[in-house]
Amino acid sequence: MACATGVEIPAGERRSGYEFMSRETRAMQDDDVTNPGMLWVLDGEALWNRKDGSAVRACADCHGDARASMKGVAARHPAWDAASGRPVNLEQRINACRTARQQAAALAYESRDLLALSAFVALQSRGMPAAVAIDARTRPYRDAGRDTFIRRQGQLNLACAQCHDERWGKKLAGSAIPQAHPTGYPLYRLEWQSLGSLQRRLRNCMIGMRAEPYAYGAPEFVDLELYLMWRARGMPLEAPAVRP
Amino acid sequence: MARAVVNVPAKVKRGEIFEIKTLVQHAMETGFRRTQLGEVIPRDIIRQFVCTYNGVEIYRAELHPAISANPLLTFSTIATESGTIAATWTGDKGFSVTQSARISVV
Repeated sequence: MACATGVEIPAGERRSGYEFMSRETRAMQDDDVTNPGMLWVLDGEALWNRKDGSAVRACADCHGDARASMKGVAARHPAWDAASGRPVNLEQRINACRTARQQAAALAYESRDLLALSAFVALQSRGMPAAVAIDARTRPYRDAGRDTFIRRQGQLNLACAQCHDERWGKKLAGSAIPQAHPTGYPLYRLEWQSLGSLQRRLRNCMIGMRAEPYAYGAPEFVDLELYLMWRARGMPLEAPAVRP
Repeated sequence: MARAVVNVPAKVKRGEIFEIKTLVQHAMETGFRRTQLGEVIPRDIIRQFVCTYNGVEIYRAELHPAISANPLLTFSTIATESGTIAATWTGDKGFSVTQSARISVV
């Protein structure tokens, strides 16, 4: 079997998961009225304006209109966080703001409220190119993410790259293998009947290769997210996307 | 409260057919699933959907456990006069949501 080498897909051949979907599922994503992810966005907008925590402050009290202040934020994450001394993803950034500024309890991963807020924030970057900053501070974490991506793991002894770099466009039990670009998260997956985060999707893949998934919010996952966003650099964000 | 969306074109010509798209937030728990401890998760679904056009019923649907979460229903009607399209979803555990949209017929 060919060994996963981590050879990147050239920029001209990069395809969003959208392009591997059926006409019907694409239509569902294209129209905000039929995109169920927009229900979470509506919830997120309400949360954005709701005062919370012992600081009795809403996101909007500091950040104002999200349409302006959150534009491009999702496209830059995971991003370097000076306080924790490592890159953090969008969900962690929201929770850091909640605990430090609103003095509210952090929201649990995959909780309705965190998905709603991250969907609302991610929507403001729709159509903007993925552009995580890779510099001296973040490069080691990106490289660690790439190592995870090309490392064989689990009882099936598979690496992410074997499917998503080397065999994209082929079929895995009737389903198209996409290139694994995380440009639509959080997204509505028909299989889940719900919105879900990128880490939920990554856990699915790891369970599929019979590896033990990392916990939600684990640094290994954030490194992998950082690598995947860098790998998808320049591709337009489409959150909240719809996937089969 | 559950979110609901009713979408109609802003303007339609009299006598023309137009499409109504509706989407509602609901888990549609089938009642057939069990928890990891083997206990049945009680059914919690939307049972009925009714849509009215200026108070006159134009569309009705019965929903069943096999229908997906966050059901999307689209249908069409003929534009007769300006007014309100109102959709009501009712279901288990006292679920009831109404959402409306304005249509102007020219």
